[in-house]
Amino acid sequence: MSQRWPIVVFALVMAALPLIPDIPPFWIVLLDNIGLAALVAMGLVLLTGVGGLTSFGQAAFCGFGAYTTAVLSTSYGLSPWLTLPLSLLVSGIAAVILGIITVRLSGHYLPLGTLAWGLGLFYLFSKLEFLGRNDGISAIPPLEIGGLRMLDPGSIYYVIWIAVILAALLTTNLLDSRTGRAIRALRRGHVAAEAFGVQTARAKLLVFIYAAVLAGLSGWLYAHFQRATNPTPFGAQASIEYLFIAVVGGAGYVWGGVLGAAVVVILKEVLQSYLPMIFGGQGQLEIIVFGIVLVALLHLAPAGIWPWLTGLLPSKRKALRPDLSATLLARPVSAATSSDVLLTLDGARKQFGGVVAVNDVSFTVNAKEIVALIGPNGAGKSTTFNLITRVLSSTAGRITVCGTDVDGTTPQQIAKLGVARTFQHVKLVPDMTVLENVAMGAHLRGNAGAVSSMLRLDRADEARLLAEAARQIARVGLSDQIDQLAGSLSLGQQRIVEIARALCVDPVLLLLDEPAAGLRHMEKQQLAALLRQLRDGGMSVLLVEHDMGFVMDLADRIVVLDFGTKIAEGTPDAIKTNPDVIRAYLGATA
Amino acid sequence: MDTTILLFLIQDGITNGAIYALLGLALVLVFAVTRVILIPQGEFITYGALSYATLATGQVPGTAQLAVAMGVVAFCLDLYTARKALRARVLLRAFVVDIVFPLVVFALTVLLAGRQNNIPVNITLSLLIVAAIGLFLYRIAFQPIAHTSVLVLLIASVGCHLAMQGFGLVFFGAEGLRGPAISDAAISIGQLRVSGQSLVVYGITAALIVALWLFFDFTLYGKALRAMAVNRLGARLVGIRTSLSGQIAFLLASVIGAISGILIVPITTLYYDTGFIVGLKGFVAAIIGGLISYPLTAVAAIVVGIVEAFSSFYASNYKEVIVFTLIIPVLVLRSLAAPEVEEEKD
Repeated sequence: MSQRWPIVVFALVMAALPLIPDIPPFWIVLLDNIGLAALVAMGLVLLTGVGGLTSFGQAAFCGFGAYTTAVLSTSYGLSPWLTLPLSLLVSGIAAVILGIITVRLSGHYLPLGTLAWGLGLFYLFSKLEFLGRNDGISAIPPLEIGGLRMLDPGSIYYVIWIAVILAALLTTNLLDSRTGRAIRALRRGHVAAEAFGVQTARAKLLVFIYAAVLAGLSGWLYAHFQRATNPTPFGAQASIEYLFIAVVGGAGYVWGGVLGAAVVVILKEVLQSYLPMIFGGQGQLEIIVFGIVLVALLHLAPAGIWPWLTGLLPSKRKALRPDLSATLLARPVSAATSSDVLLTLDGARKQFGGVVAVNDVSFTVNAKEIVALIGPNGAGKSTTFNLITRVLSSTAGRITVCGTDVDGTTPQQIAKLGVARTFQHVKLVPDMTVLENVAMGAHLRGNAGAVSSMLRLDRADEARLLAEAARQIARVGLSDQIDQLAGSLSLGQQRIVEIARALCVDPVLLLLDEPAAGLRHMEKQQLAALLRQLRDGGMSVLLVEHDMGFVMDLADRIVVLDFGTKIAEGTPDAIKTNPDVIRAYLGATA
Repeated sequence: MDTTILLFLIQDGITNGAIYALLGLALVLVFAVTRVILIPQGEFITYGALSYATLATGQVPGTAQLAVAMGVVAFCLDLYTARKALRARVLLRAFVVDIVFPLVVFALTVLLAGRQNNIPVNITLSLLIVAAIGLFLYRIAFQPIAHTSVLVLLIASVGCHLAMQGFGLVFFGAEGLRGPAISDAAISIGQLRVSGQSLVVYGITAALIVALWLFFDFTLYGKALRAMAVNRLGARLVGIRTSLSGQIAFLLASVIGAISGILIVPITTLYYDTGFIVGLKGFVAAIIGGLISYPLTAVAAIVVGIVEAFSSFYASNYKEVIVFTLIIPVLVLRSLAAPEVEEEKD
């Protein structure tokens, strides 16, 4: 609970602020505006900063929230408290519809797509008759609790800031959970997350809806705070402003959203009220100075003000040692797994245009066996891995994992079958700790969802996942680095972290892509010992490796590829003397 | 509908589309080279158009002073960056580019404004002013943060847009301006009357597209820029300077923006903030072109222009809704056609 006290202090300070005698009411209005902006920015922090999905349309969701309550409370006389769930629902449904279309968009198409419907919706708001066109809707009833009509900025202040603090708590809880790890992995690409069973498309849609609902809440509050709505605050300019609130504050940090809102709202206000005093009357100066200050802030702190400020504090990361007592149930084993042959490739083929990367390769991996896949660079080894794990789909041939034909399956289903992998180019989330990265591997073995995570009902499930992760980290010998950020480790250690993460799947088959690259001699020996121990414990390993000493020493069987074609298969001793292999590696005259 | 209206709408659409094509090309260029989504493109349009219109009234546009001021800031930044190794050549280059160039342009503007109201001279002056602003904008706002994420660059881009739009209001006022047409001639083809100005628009657009093609395919700098667009690190390793490529890209984009502005200001009244929405439509075209393909962008721009012309005739209220939602199906199609490739993000 010790990490909660700054929030409690913050809540108390915010609660006490309006009670200061003679505080100008104008300040309260400013604080209200900060709270409203902070809610939207917090959603963007999750969506853009953490999830990597840039949205230019966030203000449109505020519009959905605001217009829903405006129409229902004026035309139909519904109580504002009744329209709250409806406002959130409408924003959420709009997010589902727009999200299903746009979240699929890749790369730069996504922000542009959001910009497009953001603009489209803005013009729609300003043209629709029942939304009052450009004039909007006025005379919206105020919020009311037991006879207290919240007409002045000082009373709705509490509603706004309770919403902000609750949203911040829920968002922080969400990020620190099984679902949160999945969301935090999104920004680094989807291949690694999917290899451990994360439904990335669903996770993206989830953050999209979450951010939209927060924006809808802000819109609902705005409508009852201003007691009028018009299209202007829901246009592209506003959306862009929310985005730079998030970026200026620190796009990856929940409290950065609040800080950014404070900085931007206060800056705008100060410029609006003081610049004309200095330069006399020329109101347009404020926007110039605002733009320049914005660029200057980004030059000073490109990652945002919040991380810059917290970096100044002399705080050290609190060591987080998970309780090892919680045990995680083994991965549910399907009946077919008990057979002796775990993996069969039968004429597997992959063509990229005219290039045949994998040319009708066939081999098998049996239970309790270490098989090495070797070959010169460009032989198709990593592509073969990608075919097995369904990152790529094969052009022809048949690949069977634990008795299941992988054709038509997803990477997530392969993970469910008990196949775990590491990557040739390390795919960890550098700004997550080793523990969190490894816990990603156990994603499929937990079941806490987003809502239970937000409400902290997931702690038992979470403790089991973290305990399992800590055990696997201890197993690979990285316990000392458990709370370090994955990005701060050496490349060799990062590869070992990937192995720990793969072990968290509780796999029957482990696919390792160049696990020994970047390791020192002693570390390689430890790795070999670990792999042997895993095999003796009943696991099979298929590994790609260039270190021949390591491979020859460890593998039970070796498959050699050259230019996508299998040229040899056999025991290490047979491979060492195979003339085809020697030719492939050393040239024809050797 | 009768053919006259149909032909008129198509002609109107193509004229607008040609402008959007230019803007789309500039956006693609800047994004590919610098990863900046150029929101201030709109300001290059208005600065070009309104400087031209102001010069036509015989006054000196405030943009000329802005160019000088930005040059001074850029010079200070250049000095600061080079402070560890102040070599005469570096200093001289910085001085010539940052101080002498805008001062000469400013002096010429003051000298020639009102003296002789010559359209080619006014156009040249406007282009030079905006070119200087574009160049310095990159040097001041983007070069120091060139290594950061697309998102940070985008927000900086928005900051520049706001500041420049504010300056636009200071220089040109809230009233709209119109400039003199480059050509007053008009020809009639059957029922269709084609104004000389639209012919100028077509001609210049086509010429610029050819010029860009020649630049990118046949000059060393053009090839350097393309290399930068494909692989920044690789380009740097073979000695292409990121900062220089960025400056060239911004220079080109600002000139293209200014040309577009000068081309439309005789057709429609431009206000200090009109550029933003015009730029966005160029943006829509660029998006449809996938931010990489020049020919596709040009075709898409024409389509955007025609859709806009027809929707403003049939459903003028929903014109913008239609234009901006047009791209969503395109985006979905593009995403489905080219499935996501895992990018190695830095």
